[in-house]
Amino acid sequence: MFPIPIQKRPLINRISYKILVPVSLFIWLIPLLGIMLTSIRGLGDITAGNYWGMPSEFLLFSNIKEVFQNTPMLTYIINSFKITIPTVIGAVAISCMTGFALASYKFKANLFIFFTFIAGNFVPFQILMIPVRDLTFQMGLYDTVTGLVLFHVAFQTGFCTLFMRNFIKALPNELFEAARIDGTSEFNIFLKIVVPLTRPAIAALSVLIFTFIWNDFFWATVLIQGQHAMPITAGLKSLNGQWVTVYHLLSAGSIMAAVPPVIMFFLMQKHFIAGLTLGASKG
Amino acid sequence: MVSYTTPFLTVPNSTQFTYRKSSWWKRNQQRLTPWIFLFPGLLLFLVYVIWPIFNSLYISLLQWDGLSPAIFVGISNYVELLDDEYFYISLMNNLKWLILFMLAVPIGLGLAIFLNQTIFGIRLIKSLFFFPFVISQVVIGIIFSWFYNPRGVIGPFLDKIGLGNYAILADENFATYGIIFAGIYPQIAYCMILYLTGLNNLNTDQIEAGRMDGAKGLSLFKNIILPQLKPATFLAIVVTVIGSLRSFDMVAIMTQGGPYGSSNVLAYYMFETALSEYGYRMGYGSAIAAVLFTIMMFYILFFIYRMYQGEKKGL
Amino acid sequence: MRKILATLIAITSLGYSSAFAGTLVINTDLTDPAPKAAFDWAFKKFQEENPDVTIEVNNFDHEGYKQAIRNFLTTSPPDIFNWYAGNRMLPFVRAGLVEDVSDIWSDTGWVDGNLTEGMSHAKKPMTIGGKQWGIPYTYYQWGVYYRKDIFDANGISVPTTWDEFVAACATLKAAGVTPITIGSKYLWTTAGVFDYLNLRTNGYEFHMALTKGEVPYTDPKVHAVFDKWDELVKPGYFLENHASLAWQEAIPPMVNGEAAMYVMGNFSVALFKEGGLTNDNLGFFQFPEITPGVPMAEEAPTDTMHIASGAKNKIDAKRFLIFLSRADVQEEMNKTLGQLPVNSGSKVDPDPFLEAGLNMLNNAYAMAQFYDRDAPAEMASEGMKGFQEYMVNPDRRDKILERLEKVRQRVYK
Repeated sequence: MFPIPIQKRPLINRISYKILVPVSLFIWLIPLLGIMLTSIRGLGDITAGNYWGMPSEFLLFSNIKEVFQNTPMLTYIINSFKITIPTVIGAVAISCMTGFALASYKFKANLFIFFTFIAGNFVPFQILMIPVRDLTFQMGLYDTVTGLVLFHVAFQTGFCTLFMRNFIKALPNELFEAARIDGTSEFNIFLKIVVPLTRPAIAALSVLIFTFIWNDFFWATVLIQGQHAMPITAGLKSLNGQWVTVYHLLSAGSIMAAVPPVIMFFLMQKHFIAGLTLGASKG
Repeated sequence: MVSYTTPFLTVPNSTQFTYRKSSWWKRNQQRLTPWIFLFPGLLLFLVYVIWPIFNSLYISLLQWDGLSPAIFVGISNYVELLDDEYFYISLMNNLKWLILFMLAVPIGLGLAIFLNQTIFGIRLIKSLFFFPFVISQVVIGIIFSWFYNPRGVIGPFLDKIGLGNYAILADENFATYGIIFAGIYPQIAYCMILYLTGLNNLNTDQIEAGRMDGAKGLSLFKNIILPQLKPATFLAIVVTVIGSLRSFDMVAIMTQGGPYGSSNVLAYYMFETALSEYGYRMGYGSAIAAVLFTIMMFYILFFIYRMYQGEKKGL
Repeated sequence: MRKILATLIAITSLGYSSAFAGTLVINTDLTDPAPKAAFDWAFKKFQEENPDVTIEVNNFDHEGYKQAIRNFLTTSPPDIFNWYAGNRMLPFVRAGLVEDVSDIWSDTGWVDGNLTEGMSHAKKPMTIGGKQWGIPYTYYQWGVYYRKDIFDANGISVPTTWDEFVAACATLKAAGVTPITIGSKYLWTTAGVFDYLNLRTNGYEFHMALTKGEVPYTDPKVHAVFDKWDELVKPGYFLENHASLAWQEAIPPMVNGEAAMYVMGNFSVALFKEGGLTNDNLGFFQFPEITPGVPMAEEAPTDTMHIASGAKNKIDAKRFLIFLSRADVQEEMNKTLGQLPVNSGSKVDPDPFLEAGLNMLNNAYAMAQFYDRDAPAEMASEGMKGFQEYMVNPDRRDKILERLEKVRQRVYK
């Protein structure tokens, strides 16, 4: 265990540690606490510059109501789901297949393809921007949820393949061999053996991709222009320009944007962290 | 690893017709299956990621506004870049991002060590430390711009303690640092979680042995812990470098490159040149993207090389 | 041929008006409350008058629209879209994306009618290459909005000359009031100041020559503008930290009495009043004279409606444009917008700011659209960045102007 467990330390250390932890947590979360506090304030507090004192009114729900009534926030949230969920399903499904192919078959181009996926995953978005936008135009999918989803699926396939391939590779190969000897077809090996065994990886990938896509701002800006298909990140950005002086509404909107991934994270924490830290503990 | 070249192990006991059909398939299924599985993913990836890279490199040789026909201009976009003040400012800012973002690694390590205890509620505390990472950069950017606003939080505070109201994001000398500070906040959380996982999987025997040998404090950390955390450190550096080069969201939300281009980074400058309200210079934008890509490419190659070494060991 | 076709269309549209009746797709960025209300009213009224037409509106957010327009005009053109007069429409006209609507402007008229007399004075700004490309429906003045009570308290009367203006600033500064508020985060506010200094120092013709790229930015006449600007920037007459503020965020200082003037467009009045100012303490005056003898031209940006060349329902689209140009329609819409109707037959809402604006513009020597509408987009963007940088660092003037000159040579080549 490193560092030495605090329980083995002198009392004074133990007490100061127990004080230090909540204090540092509070400092760490100040930005988020600030925005939460602001989201329950009324306009009065904002104009009076009361940002850190007790809110003079508790208006969270009326602020949220105002956001929903005066802005297309509801559409934005629905769009975010419409973009995120199909992307998660698509990317995970495709990468199960690519991951399986790269993990359990030997062929010449294997490593090359694998590294291509990895390399593509690190590419700066800007180098893809203009061609992807043009391509989406030509397919008639510009400014549609479908167009954005297609790109997201394609791009996320890079990361997901890396993830899945490493996961499947770590599965005992004997399982597949035994099934082959029993005459199970390759497709059935995939469906009946690989998919059930990769469930934890699928769960981890799903939460990760959900968060990545939900929080995507760049591609939403590049491939979407109208409110009808705009996800919440890009929507918030446009409200940011409109609401420069009404921080309480902007805060309420920001919180709405943050809630789904946060819920996702707390529900699926184990998988989320397992996904993010893949490779952090082994060479 | 076992090779898969034993297709005739089992022959289904059915009619001659299906037998012959399946026999061809049986013979080739080992060879064909991976390609069938790869097909959808590979196709999408080639169309949406690989081809666009080369297409962008080609566009960077054009003068094109997206409306009128494109003109081939050779390397003149790159020549213009060399004489573009904003390009240099953006490049320098990218460098600042890269260097300062690296601080997220040691800070994350520090936090992880600090939190790697088993007191009551520590799981929740760790989650709370981590969760800024889950939130969209757009939201983080909005929060921090409000903090920095002279009528927001920090300005009035400085005013109250007598330092004078100060608008960080309006000052060419500080705007970039203000954005980086906001950007590094979730990045620290990410590095922390990587190190927490690393610390969790430390080899206890080695540590105990080290302690027996009298190693403690810094020397224990340096000689025994840190080497074991190498995978975590590697990953933390990888994600931090990538995070620092993907600074688009923060800049777009917080300053849009301002004041007067002083907080711009290549990622945003490229977008501004190629797609924003005032500029539709696709070729020039692509040239900027190509530079960004080249920088990243060194890095990708380094990463791939490391992975390749690992694969060779694994085989 | 054209005539025959038109007649044919007229006959068929008379006979089978329902056959042509269809959807009218309109793309706008008019999502702010006032413009939205004005257009909601207009759409409703048009549908009442033309029950066979269904209007379908696609709303875009204001900033996004400026990017989106290029895309939708080329890929999925609506029937009608809103935009701006002047150079801002030039690239689209040149690319053949805007429908020529000269027929509704011509005296002989379009088969279905034409614009009323009251619109004839607005023909010129809509003309490119001898043809007209849309109709204007509203415009508004720019000038100086100020706190009457603060002026009174400091014994300042409305300045009409540059010396008086600078003296007023000095008095205010000495009294602890920021003379001029401005929020330059989104850059364009700086262009309002630059334009006025330029229009007053060098005149309208020079403004047009500069925005058309005919004059180098290093010209002594441009320097003369910055000399005047120096007189405001160097003594610190502008609001501090303006580069971090959006234009709306610069309004509270004036509402709170920390600042006294704002060089702005008339759309700001609504926000001033929302903040608590009234006609008693908020006033408006024309930007003062600088070079005596230079005729007083004003900034008066005009908002316009156009038909896309790829429109599917051009007949109803033209009807809508004619509808939108009518005196009664413009009168009602501009009442809601708080701006000035273009049709001279419309009555202007009895509001002191609108009346002052109308009066000023009726006597104006000429009307400029605004730096970022008269100059091509790329030049405007670099120019305004330069203006902002200058306002923060007036000492960098030479460097900035050299850079702008470099941009000019590239953009206008």
